[in-house]
Amino acid sequence: MYAYDEIDRTLINERVSEFRDQVKRRLAGELTEDEFKMLRLMNGVYLQLHAYMFRVAIPYGTLSSPQLRKMAHVARRYDRGYGHFTTRQNIQFNWIKLADLPDALEDLASVGIHAMQTSGNCTRNVTTDQWAGVAPGEVEDPRIWAELLRQYSTMHPEFSFLPRKFKIAITASAHDRAAIKVHDIGLRIHKNEAGETGFEVLVGGGLGRTPFIGKVIKPFVHGRDILSYVEAILRVYNQYGRRDNIYKARIKILVHELGIEKFAAEVEDEWLATRDSALTLDNEVVEDIRSRFTYPHYQKLSDTPDELTAASADPHFARWLKNSVAPHQRTGYAIVTLSLKPVGGPPGDATAEQMDAVADLADKYSFGEIRVGHEQNLALPNVARRDLPALWRQLDKLGLATPNVNLVTDIIACPGLDYCSLANTRSIPIAQELTRRFANNDLAELIGRLHINISGCINACGHHHVGHIGILGVEKNGEEFFQITIGGRADEHAVVGTLIGPAVPFAEVADVIEDIVEAYLALRARPDELFVQTVERLGVEPFKERVYATR
Amino acid sequence: MTSPLQQKIKITGPSVVTANRTWDGVVIYRDAHKGWTTDLAQAAIVRTADDARALLAESTADDVGAIGPYIAPVAVNDNGTVEPGNLREQIRRKGVTIDLPASA
Repeated sequence: MYAYDEIDRTLINERVSEFRDQVKRRLAGELTEDEFKMLRLMNGVYLQLHAYMFRVAIPYGTLSSPQLRKMAHVARRYDRGYGHFTTRQNIQFNWIKLADLPDALEDLASVGIHAMQTSGNCTRNVTTDQWAGVAPGEVEDPRIWAELLRQYSTMHPEFSFLPRKFKIAITASAHDRAAIKVHDIGLRIHKNEAGETGFEVLVGGGLGRTPFIGKVIKPFVHGRDILSYVEAILRVYNQYGRRDNIYKARIKILVHELGIEKFAAEVEDEWLATRDSALTLDNEVVEDIRSRFTYPHYQKLSDTPDELTAASADPHFARWLKNSVAPHQRTGYAIVTLSLKPVGGPPGDATAEQMDAVADLADKYSFGEIRVGHEQNLALPNVARRDLPALWRQLDKLGLATPNVNLVTDIIACPGLDYCSLANTRSIPIAQELTRRFANNDLAELIGRLHINISGCINACGHHHVGHIGILGVEKNGEEFFQITIGGRADEHAVVGTLIGPAVPFAEVADVIEDIVEAYLALRARPDELFVQTVERLGVEPFKERVYATR
Repeated sequence: MTSPLQQKIKITGPSVVTANRTWDGVVIYRDAHKGWTTDLAQAAIVRTADDARALLAESTADDVGAIGPYIAPVAVNDNGTVEPGNLREQIRRKGVTIDLPASA
C-alpha cells in the first residue's frame, strides 16, 4: 500500500472544497452548464441517461480495506447500494445526485481516494498489473513507477488540455495483464543486457473507433529518464495532435499518420533537449516513493499445508482452487481472484455488502489489501495457502467464488445503453445471457481460456476489439445489432480481432456465440489449443461458415 | 454552442423535449406551462419543426433547471397515451432493462 503524504492530502482536500463551491454556484445558477461541465468532468462527474455518474480512481488498482469500505459507504449512502468496477481500474457510481457529490467526494478524501483526472483531456488514472508486487517473475513492483507518473501528471498545467484523453499502463511481468499495447503509452519494465532496469516504451495503441496496437518507440529507457521521455511524447502529441476532429485527436492517429519513425524522431529531438532537467529521477526520489509503499510481513509457510490438502477432496473447492488461485512470489501464499461475473449478473458490479465483506476478508486473510483488475474482477493479493479453504467458503456465500476466471463467462462489458449516454445498444443483457448459456462449469473448463468482450458502441469501453470474441453493438434503423469479431487479444501478443460477417440482431447474439464455440471445439487441434490459437491457425473462414451457413 | 433558433431541426412525427434535472440528473420533459415534469404524459407534444424549435429554445433558456435539452420522438397511441419513440428513450423513461444488483 502507498501512504499519501501531506502534499497529497492537502491537494485532495482542497479539491473537495473547490468542487463544493462549484456545485453550490451551479445549483444557484451562478455557473452555466457550459461553464460547469469542464469543472465537473475534472472531478469524474458525467451525465448519463438517467443520472449523473461518478467515476472514482483506484490508482494502480490497489485498495486498502478502509478505502473499499468507504466505497461501500458511498454506494449505500449516496447511490443505490452498488458500484461498477471498470476496465481502467476505476469504480463508477451510477445514480448519484449532483447535490450529494461534494459530500461523497469528501468522504472518499478521508481515506485518500479522489476522482481527479478520471475524465477530461488529460493523463488519466495510470493503470498496472493487478498482481503488481506479488506476481512471480516480476522484474519489480510497477506501482512505484505508476505512483511517480501519477504525481508527475496530476494537475500538470502543460498537459491538462491535451488534444484528447491520454492513458498510460505499466507492466513488469512477461505476461501482460495490464493491456499495455492498447494504451496511448505502454510501459514494460525489463532489464537490459547490462542488467539495468528500465522501460520498453510503446506508443500509439488504443481501441475506440480506430483501433491500433501500440508500437515500440524506444526499446529501453532507463528509470531515471522515464519522466522526461514521457514528457517528450506528451509535448510532441500536444503540439501536433489534431484538435479539429475529435475522432482523429488521439495520439494513435498522430503516430499512424506521421509513422512511428518520424514520430520517434520528433520525440527524440524533444527529449535530447530536455532529458537532463528537473525531471531526471535520482535514486533518492525513487527510493522515497518506494519507501512509502508498505509490504506485508510474510511468514514462512508451506505451499502444501494440511488444510489445503484436506479441502481439495471437495470438488467444488478443487475447481475454484484450480481456476481462481494463482501462485505468489512468496512460498506459502497465493493470489486469489474474486470473480465479479456471477451467472446472470452484470459484469463488474459489486454491492455495498459485498464490498464491506471483501474489506473484512482482506483484513482477515490478505493484510488488508485488495486489487482491481482491468478484467473487472477483484483480487486478494496476499492469502496464505492454508487459509484458502476458509476464504473460499466465505467468498462462496457472498457470490464471489464463481470459478470462471479467464473462462467464457468472465466477460468484460461496458455499461451499454442501460446506463451510458453514448451507447447505441445494450451490453449487459448480452453478457447475462451468455453467462446463462455457458453456466455449466464442466463445459467452461472444456472450452478453456476464452475472453468475450462486449461494447455497446464504437467507443469500445468493453475492449471488444481485443476480445478473443468481440461483440460490438451498432444501431440499424432503430434496432440493436451486433458485429462479431474473433481472434483479438489484449496481452503481450495483442492483436485486433477480425470481423466475421454481417451484424446479427440482439436476439441471435448468444446463439451465434454458441455456434462459434462449438466450431472451435470441433476444430481445435488438441484440447489445450486455445480459442485464439485455433483462430490464428485457421483464420476466420471456418467460423464464418458455421455462423452464416444457416442465417 | 449553436442556438436552438439557428439549428436545423427535422422531426418525423410527434416529439417532446427532454433533458436531465440539474440537481439530481433525473429525466424530465418540458411541459406546456414552461416548466418541467418527470411524467411523459404531462409533456408538451410538438408536431412541426417550428414548434419543436420554439419548445427547444424555451427549454434551453432554463439552464438552471435542466441540462442538455433535446428533441426526442414519441408515439401517441389511439387512446392518447404517450410512449417513448425509441429504445434509448424507453430506457430513460423506465430505467435499466436489467435487475439491479441484489442489495440495490
